[in-house]
Amino acid sequence: MRHGETMRYLSTTAAQRAEMLRVIGVGDVETLLERIPSKARLNRDLMIPAALAEGDLIAHLRGLAERNADSDRYVTFLGGGAYDHYIPSMINHMLLRGEFFTAYTPYQPEASQGTLRSIYEYQTMICELTGMDVTNASLYDGGSALAEAALMAHSVTERDQIVVSGALSPLARRVVETYCAGPRLPVKTVPWADGVTDLDALRKAVTGKTACVMVQYPNFFGCLEDLDRAAAVAHERGALFVVSVDPVALALLRPPGEAGADIVVGEGQGLGNHLNFGGPYLGLFSCRKDLVRRMPGRLVGATVDRDGKRGFVLTLQTREQHIRREKATSNICTNVALIALAATIHVALLGKEGLRRAATLSTAKAHYAAETLGRVPGVSLRFGAPFFKEFALRLPRNPGTVLRALRRRRILGGVALAQFDRRLKDSILVAVTERRTRAEIDAYAEALASAVA
Amino acid sequence: MATYPAELRYTREHEWAKIEGKRARVGITHYAQDQLGDVVFVELPKVGARVTQMQAFGVVESVKAVSDLFAPLSGVVIEVNEELTKQPERVNRDPYGTGWLVVVELANPAEAEKLMGASQYEEFLKTAGGH
Repeated sequence: MRHGETMRYLSTTAAQRAEMLRVIGVGDVETLLERIPSKARLNRDLMIPAALAEGDLIAHLRGLAERNADSDRYVTFLGGGAYDHYIPSMINHMLLRGEFFTAYTPYQPEASQGTLRSIYEYQTMICELTGMDVTNASLYDGGSALAEAALMAHSVTERDQIVVSGALSPLARRVVETYCAGPRLPVKTVPWADGVTDLDALRKAVTGKTACVMVQYPNFFGCLEDLDRAAAVAHERGALFVVSVDPVALALLRPPGEAGADIVVGEGQGLGNHLNFGGPYLGLFSCRKDLVRRMPGRLVGATVDRDGKRGFVLTLQTREQHIRREKATSNICTNVALIALAATIHVALLGKEGLRRAATLSTAKAHYAAETLGRVPGVSLRFGAPFFKEFALRLPRNPGTVLRALRRRRILGGVALAQFDRRLKDSILVAVTERRTRAEIDAYAEALASAVA
Repeated sequence: MATYPAELRYTREHEWAKIEGKRARVGITHYAQDQLGDVVFVELPKVGARVTQMQAFGVVESVKAVSDLFAPLSGVVIEVNEELTKQPERVNRDPYGTGWLVVVELANPAEAEKLMGASQYEEFLKTAGGH
């Protein structure tokens, strides 16, 4: 910092700094730095461009932003865990209020009844969607929620082996493997067959040492797993059954809690949150009531004050590391309050019917797209299993080349699957939300036809 | 009942053991439950679990604290007080009776020599105990 310059946005003025130096009896800031050896100091200005004037800066940033391919200017069929669902504009109006839009979430009950109430509502909504007894205040994203579920299953069952479906998001599986490396929990992946978990292979993989079986619903390929049968395989051997969900789909599908899930996790971005360039996202985490003391994360409970009035507080905090230290259920001692709030507003705005309508439109349009794209010569559906809003498509030409050609026509055609599984090197994953129109889907089919011709 | 019954043996971590031949019934002392306040949850090992003298074998949670439970004696857990799942407050109301925690089949009964008698424990509470 050079002397004499006025620093915008900083709370000290030159006069204030002079005053501070006078109080401590030092002539200038340089004197404070004398003890640092000269060779350890930079002794020149940083080699960065000079500061821009505000107007120039805005123009510069706008130029950078315009180089992004975003979902406003491109028609996106990207999915694989992040979805371009409709976001009512009301959400931003609420979210950006100063009471909510803070860098730190205040959890103190005496100061934060509004925040705690909103988290309590969120927990209740996710419980209804998942069919589970308890939901925590949220974790960072779907991947870390899944990994936390693996650690929780290990702690509940005192068993080490984690069995994951190969039809579970490969990105989320990588997070599970990372979390399980430290405590040395072996992660076993069960192959898929025709887009869903191979139940015979699952039966062979699960033993008396298995802590949990993890599947995704709908799975990474968009297909619907047979949850009841997978649950039975897990429970026969005394393992927990963990289901990773898309909450948007749960507006239509039977809640996993009814299929015997012990823990339900998921990526909640699709509920009222933008794609956000991959994050921040929303980690859903629900479980059965009798497992709650092993559950990670914060939990808001309803109670009454001494006058008998309803109020909200963080509860069961003895699970958390500020109390339990190294024996805590998790080292996550926070939640993504703002993102969870966006989901809460979204669910409240749409209501039961609205959520069903969004899910119905998504799945109807996805099936229309699958039919339309599947009619393009040489193109076919990769799997025969029932799907929700996402499906794998087999292409007659290199998917990378095809996707690039589509991109030139402002269509983000899907996710190339080769990066995750060599057996799928001829396939892409296509997601369709309620935002896609028939015209967009038809235009995609037309562009695809010329790209593969 | 006496605050610190004479027939029990005590640890410095405020557990008691009632030794009957090769077995010992285990609980926490009046002092421990008083210091903890209202007990809301007790986490105990399963029947068949091995416990080691002065190592943690469970957790007791009150409205204001969580504490490890230390085994007074080594051995195998042969009984667990399942009632505490529903009524953890028994630990406060009746720490030497219905508030018992586990029964251990002793691996080495001679370990009892390391435990304190009632008067010794009361003396301990007056000096170092009130930490």
